[in-house]
Amino acid sequence: MAGKYILEAKGIDKSFSGVTVLKGAELNIEPGELHALMGENGAGKSTLMKIIMGIYTKDAGKVILDGQEVDFKSARDALDAGISMIHQELSPIPEMTVAENVFLGREQKKIKGLPFVDKKELNKKTQELLEEYELSEFIRPNMKMKDLNIAQIQMMEIIKAVSYNSKVIIMDEPTSSLSEKETETLFRIIDSLKAKNVGIIYISHRMEEVFELADRVSVLRDGQFIGCVKVAEASREQLINMMVGRELEGGYPKNTAKKGEVVLELKNFTRKGVFENVNLKVRAGEILGMAGLVGAGRSEVMRALVGYDKLDSGEIILEGQKIEINHPKDAIQHHIIMASEDRKQLGLVLCRSIKENVSLQNFDKMSTGSFINKLKENKLANEYTEKMATKMNGIGDLVSSLSGGNQQKVVLAKCLLSDPKVLIMDEPTRGIDVGAKAAIYNIMIDLAKQGIAIIMISSEMPELIGMSDRVMVMAGGKVRGELEGEEAQSQQAIMNLAFGGE
Amino acid sequence: MAQKKDMGKILRQFGLVFVALIIIIFMSITSDVFLTSQNIINILRQISINGILAVGMTFVILTGGIDLSVGSVVAITGVIAGSLLKDGHNWFIACLAALVISVICGIINGWLIAYIGFQPFIATLSTMTIGRGFAQVYSDGKPYAISDPAFKTIGQGTFLGIPVPIILLVIFCIIGLVILMMTTFGRYVFAIGGNMSAAKLSGVRTQRIQTMVYVFSSICAWMVGLILAARISSGQPTAGESYEMDAIAATAIGGTSMNGGIGSLTGTIIGFVILGLLQNSMNLMNINSFWQQIVKGILIIVAVFLDMRTKGKKN
Repeated sequence: MAGKYILEAKGIDKSFSGVTVLKGAELNIEPGELHALMGENGAGKSTLMKIIMGIYTKDAGKVILDGQEVDFKSARDALDAGISMIHQELSPIPEMTVAENVFLGREQKKIKGLPFVDKKELNKKTQELLEEYELSEFIRPNMKMKDLNIAQIQMMEIIKAVSYNSKVIIMDEPTSSLSEKETETLFRIIDSLKAKNVGIIYISHRMEEVFELADRVSVLRDGQFIGCVKVAEASREQLINMMVGRELEGGYPKNTAKKGEVVLELKNFTRKGVFENVNLKVRAGEILGMAGLVGAGRSEVMRALVGYDKLDSGEIILEGQKIEINHPKDAIQHHIIMASEDRKQLGLVLCRSIKENVSLQNFDKMSTGSFINKLKENKLANEYTEKMATKMNGIGDLVSSLSGGNQQKVVLAKCLLSDPKVLIMDEPTRGIDVGAKAAIYNIMIDLAKQGIAIIMISSEMPELIGMSDRVMVMAGGKVRGELEGEEAQSQQAIMNLAFGGE
Repeated sequence: MAQKKDMGKILRQFGLVFVALIIIIFMSITSDVFLTSQNIINILRQISINGILAVGMTFVILTGGIDLSVGSVVAITGVIAGSLLKDGHNWFIACLAALVISVICGIINGWLIAYIGFQPFIATLSTMTIGRGFAQVYSDGKPYAISDPAFKTIGQGTFLGIPVPIILLVIFCIIGLVILMMTTFGRYVFAIGGNMSAAKLSGVRTQRIQTMVYVFSSICAWMVGLILAARISSGQPTAGESYEMDAIAATAIGGTSMNGGIGSLTGTIIGFVILGLLQNSMNLMNINSFWQQIVKGILIIVAVFLDMRTKGKKN
């Protein structure tokens, strides 16, 4: 092995149609280390990874693997050379089995040269891998991918990478859809990878994780390499400064809004097999945090509340009056508005403009009968996107051209234009960068001060504790408890409830 | 950037207009007949059939669907109107009855797709087959001769010197453009095609809108059914066979994505004009119909390829 590093990237430049995305980007990975890569959205992290993987071609610079300069023409080349990447968006083939997915494209043949797959051998090899990484308890080689949950699918992507004997594994926000417990499993796998001298590049927005896991951190800002520090010698503030290049107020803004009357009350909300007898109250000006593991049923309750999913039984009481909601349209008319966690699936129509997305649920305000009043539409769309400080060239931009944080701002602009009395924010800061997060927290406080009741679902413990006035914990489709005051500040107490009663 | 994108869009559509111009210039030089008023009216007449269907098809495809049943609805309209006229009913009753049946066809399509959850291709493939069979059973496989002069006006008459079908085409295009560009319904169509779940969460009654889109497509087919029956003075159960394909072709050439959410009616209009010009030109040049098919197919590939290129550049 030549040199100290298993993978080096030097002076990487890349521009897309005249726009510079990377300028002199650097990265070096030691064998057996977990190297975090941080930076705001749009800082060029993904582009750099795609260049290393051979998905994009670089304009200048070198990629050196094991001391030899490499220039991959495709992700397949990179994979064969020992670099694999676990993307944020997973793409399993749902109808195939676990084993078939792991060995996709390199199946063991029964007889060499004939296209008959030796399923037994595939299953055996997969079983060995599963056992090695202590996953065999939950996953069997002959299960279909569609029967696995997101966390398990992610584990399988990692197993697949391992099965290629990769020297370097790139993980792009691997924990963004995992619950705490699943995250622990992931961390355990990471530990055993490190023990095998695999270098791991770990892209994450979660400071806590980086401090817990990483050996070193490299930071990119606006496509430029800012620096690489040892985690043991770095502080949270230092990293944030490197990322944003400015001082950022630490912690979370305080919700000083006056708490008013109960705005919304849910009684005995039940959707069979999903959640049961959920009761909930939220006051004007209050931020109610909903804690729980992924799959606890939090989003499902909210989706049923706004009429997206059917409810088997339960009552909705808004401002003291019982109301019926059978379709999201009803919820919008009652000003109960949901900003979904999943911008791509539920939040936005990506292939259309910012303007069209903002107005989609707000034509009441900008049309006469069926005819759209385009002047009003432009005015309102401009006003609300500017209120959110959305970075864009104009409201005619396609939403797909925006970064995650700005997409989230468009979702919020759309929701606020509907004059919410109750605003449901499902994972409001998932996958968005530090700067945008702070902006969204401040917006939430502003809204609370206007007397809006906010229900926030979040899987990020510091965010829950930092932002919520009250925390409701769900597990297994049931409410396990409510914490207020001091108790709501305790991660321990919340996790106890989230894991309890199983 | 926003302006650049608009420019790209204009260029793309302009590119198609350019193709049309080339055909026109080439034909005016090489053919004495091409620029005669008789031939131009011919072209417009031919276009009117496919054009009206393509207007409806564009709506359907923008929602991410497809409507294969339009050709069969054309036939059903013809035989129903034909049989009622034969029984001595007046033209208005005949048209109205056919309209009711067409709307029912559209509702069935919409119900299967939006409420039951069939894939649009399968649902309309079935109704296409059933519809064709129904037209045959209803008419016992024989055409109804039509003599009602008022009815025949729809296909053969003129208004201020302009053939009625052409006027109807213009009306349908205008209705389509207004709905798509100026109304909330139009926005819902794009939103459903772009992301059905997000549209629903935004309060769009997706099932209702989808159904209405299929009904609209059937109404377009009804109009074409009347024009065709009136023009050939006969309600035929075999009328309109494979018309859906030309309508889909015009939509695709016009740059509408088969996945829905992206596209425009102006594109479709340019699409069916080009198809019409091409067909007329090849007829005048005595190119046989087998070759015409090959050329048409190549045109679709080239147009969609260019479209993919321009869209790909944006990313």
